[in-house]
Amino acid sequence: MVPTSYYLVLSAILFGLGVVAFVFKRNIITIFMAIELMLNAVNLAFVAFSQALGKSDGEVFVLFVIVVAAAEAAVGLGIIILTARNRRSLNVEHVDLLKL
Amino acid sequence: MSAVLVIFFLLAGLAVFGAVALILQSHPIHSALSLILVMVSLAGLYLLMGAEFVAAVQIIVYGGAVMVLFIFVIMLLNAGVEERTNISKMATFGGVPLAFALGLIIAAGIARSSSQLAPAAAQGTLTSTRELSKLLFSEFVYPFELTSFLILVAILGAIVLAQREN
Repeated sequence: MVPTSYYLVLSAILFGLGVVAFVFKRNIITIFMAIELMLNAVNLAFVAFSQALGKSDGEVFVLFVIVVAAAEAAVGLGIIILTARNRRSLNVEHVDLLKL
Repeated sequence: MSAVLVIFFLLAGLAVFGAVALILQSHPIHSALSLILVMVSLAGLYLLMGAEFVAAVQIIVYGGAVMVLFIFVIMLLNAGVEERTNISKMATFGGVPLAFALGLIIAAGIARSSSQLAPAAAQGTLTSTRELSKLLFSEFVYPFELTSFLILVAILGAIVLAQREN
């Protein structure tokens, strides 16, 4: 039996690496992938708590998170295609119209 | 060390390796393949916890559909190696300490509450797909219907966004 805290530590590590990727990467698609990584880390914590408490509610929430992530990927990639078409670049530093 | 613990550390190591590779790779397609490695090893961890339905959905929806969409867009836009600029080098000084601070805060929270978690972990039960579906279609039936509506809206949004304006 693996202790629940091990899963939570792994989830925290993956979430932290997702934040690092979000801050570091300049490519808009890779930044989007970092968001998916963070969602996955949270899913792991959900399933770990669901197993520890002996209730299935956490797993149902994971299904909802996966649905939201799939919808987010569809809309987000549509936005990325539009941005790339307008700016002719995938670098987020070239998308700075709101900057003073 | 029991066999389950060995499998856990193997899969956890693979997941962390994939996440680090996602950061270090400079080509988006390599990052996407690293992310698939993370997702598949997380599916293995779900199987280890006895959540077999979530593991299957993880591989089919995340590892299959979502990542294929990502790779499709990367190839459609012909994304190349990302270029580094002065601002992205500056992010090293701001981003790394902040990420470490976040990791420390989460680790402190887990360490403080792990004494309450330890006894609960021993009685971890195996939740079957049947139980999950009963819960999904009785207690969570309204959120379930809402998610189908959400997917419909997302499809419409993606079509409106991606079509070429006349």
